[in-house]
Amino acid sequence: MDTTGQRTFSSIASKVLMALAGVFLLVFLAVHLGINMLLLVDDGGKSFSAAAGFMSSYPVIRVFELALFGGFALHIVFGVIVSIRNRQSRPIRYQHRSITETSPFSKYMLHSGVVVFIFLVLHFIDFYFIKIGIVAPPTGIERHDFYSRAVVLFSDNTYSAIYLVSFVVLGFHLNHALQAATQTLGLNHPRYTPLINAASALYAMIIAGGFMAIPLRFTLFN
Amino acid sequence: MKFTLKIWRQKNADDKGRMVSYKVDDISPDSSFLEMLDQLNQQLIAKGEDPVSFDHDCREGICGACGLYINGRPHGPLKGTTTCQLHMRAFRSGETICVEPWRSGAFPVVKDLIVDRSALDKIIQAGGYISINSGGLPDANTIPVPKHDADDAFDAAACIGCGACVAACSNASPMLFVGAKVSHLALLPQGRIEATRRVQQMVAAMDALGFGNCSNTYACQAECPKEISIANIARMNREFLTAKLFAEKEKNIGFTL
Amino acid sequence: MIKLNANAPGVPLADQWDAYKAGCKLVSPNNKRKLDIIVVGTGLAGASAAATLGQLGYNVKSFCYQDTPRRAHSIAAQGGINAAKNYQNDGDNVFRLFYDTIKGGDYRSRESNVYRLASISPEIIDICVAQGVPFAREYGGLLANRSFGGAQVSRTFYARGQTGQQLLIGAYSAMSRQIAAGTVQLYSRRDVLDIVVVDGKARGIIARNLVTGEIERHSAHAVVLATGGYGNIFYLSTNAMGSNATPAWSAYKKGALFANPCFTQIHPTCIPVHGEFQSKLTLMSESLRNDGRIWVPKEKSDAELIRQKKLRPEQIHESKRDYYLERRYPAFGNLVPRDVASRAAKERCDAGFGVGSTGLAVYLDFGDAIERLGRAEISARYGNLFQMYQRIVDDNPYRTPMMIYPAVHYTMGGLWVDYELMTTVPGLYSIGECNFSDHGANRLGASALMQGLADGYFVLPYTISGYLSHEINTPPIPTTLPEFHLAARDVTDRLDRLKKSNGKESVDHFHRKLGKIMWEYCGMSRNEAGLTKALGLIEELKAEFASGVNIPGGLKEYNPELEKAWRVEDFIELGDLMVRDALHRKESCGGHFREEYQTPDHEALRNDDEFAYVAAWEHKGRNDEPEMHREELRFETVTPSQRSYK
Repeated sequence: MDTTGQRTFSSIASKVLMALAGVFLLVFLAVHLGINMLLLVDDGGKSFSAAAGFMSSYPVIRVFELALFGGFALHIVFGVIVSIRNRQSRPIRYQHRSITETSPFSKYMLHSGVVVFIFLVLHFIDFYFIKIGIVAPPTGIERHDFYSRAVVLFSDNTYSAIYLVSFVVLGFHLNHALQAATQTLGLNHPRYTPLINAASALYAMIIAGGFMAIPLRFTLFN
Repeated sequence: MKFTLKIWRQKNADDKGRMVSYKVDDISPDSSFLEMLDQLNQQLIAKGEDPVSFDHDCREGICGACGLYINGRPHGPLKGTTTCQLHMRAFRSGETICVEPWRSGAFPVVKDLIVDRSALDKIIQAGGYISINSGGLPDANTIPVPKHDADDAFDAAACIGCGACVAACSNASPMLFVGAKVSHLALLPQGRIEATRRVQQMVAAMDALGFGNCSNTYACQAECPKEISIANIARMNREFLTAKLFAEKEKNIGFTL
Repeated sequence: MIKLNANAPGVPLADQWDAYKAGCKLVSPNNKRKLDIIVVGTGLAGASAAATLGQLGYNVKSFCYQDTPRRAHSIAAQGGINAAKNYQNDGDNVFRLFYDTIKGGDYRSRESNVYRLASISPEIIDICVAQGVPFAREYGGLLANRSFGGAQVSRTFYARGQTGQQLLIGAYSAMSRQIAAGTVQLYSRRDVLDIVVVDGKARGIIARNLVTGEIERHSAHAVVLATGGYGNIFYLSTNAMGSNATPAWSAYKKGALFANPCFTQIHPTCIPVHGEFQSKLTLMSESLRNDGRIWVPKEKSDAELIRQKKLRPEQIHESKRDYYLERRYPAFGNLVPRDVASRAAKERCDAGFGVGSTGLAVYLDFGDAIERLGRAEISARYGNLFQMYQRIVDDNPYRTPMMIYPAVHYTMGGLWVDYELMTTVPGLYSIGECNFSDHGANRLGASALMQGLADGYFVLPYTISGYLSHEINTPPIPTTLPEFHLAARDVTDRLDRLKKSNGKESVDHFHRKLGKIMWEYCGMSRNEAGLTKALGLIEELKAEFASGVNIPGGLKEYNPELEKAWRVEDFIELGDLMVRDALHRKESCGGHFREEYQTPDHEALRNDDEFAYVAAWEHKGRNDEPEMHREELRFETVTPSQRSYK
């Protein structure tokens, strides 16, 4: 029986592409966090603005920016495709809710992903669209002045709260991300898998904690 | 012991089906879950009602025929146990027990708690074998296999094809089943010869049958009555990727990812 | 009387199979395509036969009652498979395996078939390994062996405690490959209810589609029955719930002779019965006897206290334990053959020394072994069995000795077949446990898997070609022939009759009753008075069943009660034949122990002068008694001797 050629992307290939894009996004997050950490430097935003300026002007970075959008698109598109296929695979659902013990966040990757996506849209409206000129900056703030923009936004408690919640959710998303990606890519090993799982959790905590430190600093100390 | 049972009743594939409540008492804690259902059926037959149909055969946990979704878990509350080896002492007397068939688009209900699992056979037919004929074979000891690999292959080959992995998975994915077979054969030198082709064909068959995809919740591993590890899914992924990316002579499989 | 002749080639035993193969007529590939073969059953014998015949290019139609071929009950075999490989260099060879099998069968099997089985055995291991069966291995990467069931050599290959499963998956995979190739067509969830004979030749079957209830006709140039044994006649047995005698029994009614039906094997190490609603018995691999020691209390008073749960086995001092197998059989001890171990357990329990709440259990104690080898080693050897025991009994066998009791496990009797595995109906073959051929009056451990695979992979594919070579000019058999109409009508009529009986009791009620009669009077030991009584009881039961069974549901739907009713009705008739066979065999041999015929120290007493034959029974119609035909057993290579395990 030859059942090949039924789909352009097999189940495993779809997952692998999603995982690869996800791993790429993990790297981006680390870079982004590194720059944001400069917000904590008490120099009125000088080092932060320098870094941000470099990121938005250096040509190589611009190329990476396109790759980054590609990464997001790939991750989201395949996430949606896989989720749709998955939902179709069980047309009649169980009456009793499942009580199988699974790793707590793994089941909610789509949900947490959607929350992160909504945040991403907000974030784009607040920063990226202003930078590229689609959205007009609030009065009194220059288009490229990310520092002032951040200060203004974080002075709003509602915004900070949304920001904090989003990163808690992103943390959950990431906690499962690295270990799931290695499993999907076939990198399972009795000795290293526990280490990868630990690293995955640690990475999630660093990213989520790091980003959350910023509004907390602004809210608590300003 | 006594129980209230809520059981999925469905006359045939075309019937809509519904949950029906029954009461059973005088159940021995040493009875197996299926013996408890036998007792219920004796009651129903005495009353002239249609007994509850369920698949079962060996009743010693190896044939893989039985499989019920009990209180939200395939094969019920005990780990590493098939429904036939689940005993009523695992429940509290007076408890309400909800019994449903496996749910998956690829496993249509035949009657009551019986589903059609022939999709799993079709996946095996797509490549879950080593292509040899019954003659002209080398002496068994001319194929040494490292003990560790043989043991791992055995762990994967312990699969009984019950479908609990599909039933447990939030996406009704059979990747543990497929991964176990791919691993069993890929770990042995005899099986390596057509490993590249096998994994591609089995995955393609799985996809074509309408199963879902793995989302790494590992529910399958938690519910597998033979406690097969998700390391086998990773091995399948690895085999699949290597085959797709590096195999040179597998032209008949096509260029799709 | 039919003259029964096995038709083994007339050359010395060791050369017979080669001579047969050399002279066997073959069918050319272009003709194979035109020939249809029906294989009923997908256990080791059926699946391996379907796979091999498919590879050869025949059109195979394979039937099973399960939802998939992989669930056939061969899957439950635990211990292992014998083969005369002599990998351990411990003196094994084909002759020794042959000799052990003949002797273990208490000289009631046919030399030619057994010798062929032993000589084929090494090839079975080759094919299984090539298929990827994960047998146990040594650190050097080569295959491991163990000694099994008291054999003096280590010739048993095993895959933990799941050998049957792994072998069946191998055969199932090979068969799946042929399904994909289009040479095997699978019909699952089918009960085969009749064999169709046209002009004296088996030409097809009538099957019931278990999902739709439809009665189907399937035709072929030859029909192979691989439907296993009839142990479920005892209601409680280690067989699967669905295991049944129906296809073999309908073959019997269509003219195939049924041989040695009273030879049933009682396995000594099963988990004891716990209660009235128990549906089946679970076997614990015989390999446990390699390290476990079997005992009961020496004092009846201790046994009594244990039964009342006032005393625990651990509290009984070493000197107050009776290791009765070691006492009675110092040479073999706990490793005596199955029939001997089973009877000894029954003897102790009947004498009042049994333990467990029912008094029908003995201890299998690993205390010494754990002390000698350590808990880890015992767990490595038997971990899965201990776990299974604990799950069922809710007791920890590492601390408290296991309780075991004999249970029906295997039936040596079955359809009579000749050297070619053909029954007395031309074109109708019987392989595996379904036939009677290789195990005589008692089967050795790890030999059932060997026989099933030998028949399916290596014997049948040759012998059937001899028959089919005469059929190459026969076009496909039309299912519109009057014989098919007639058979289908008989099946429909019988189903209607069953459905209309409108009684009060469920099928299980009758099955349980039959089981009790068989176990009581035709079980581990038998006597004339009991057997005569059983004949009457079965006659009564037959009448009660006809008018008293209640089958809910319809004919044209999934109806498990209807399936069971048909099977139980056949079992009742088969029970009658079993009892007749046991009654006529006035000797004790293997699994057949007649209390009147024993040595002064209660061992089985064979009578080679009068009973060294196969009793093959012929159906004479509903109301007439069956007629017995004899195939005399000639022992030209081995000399029958009294088995002694002392």
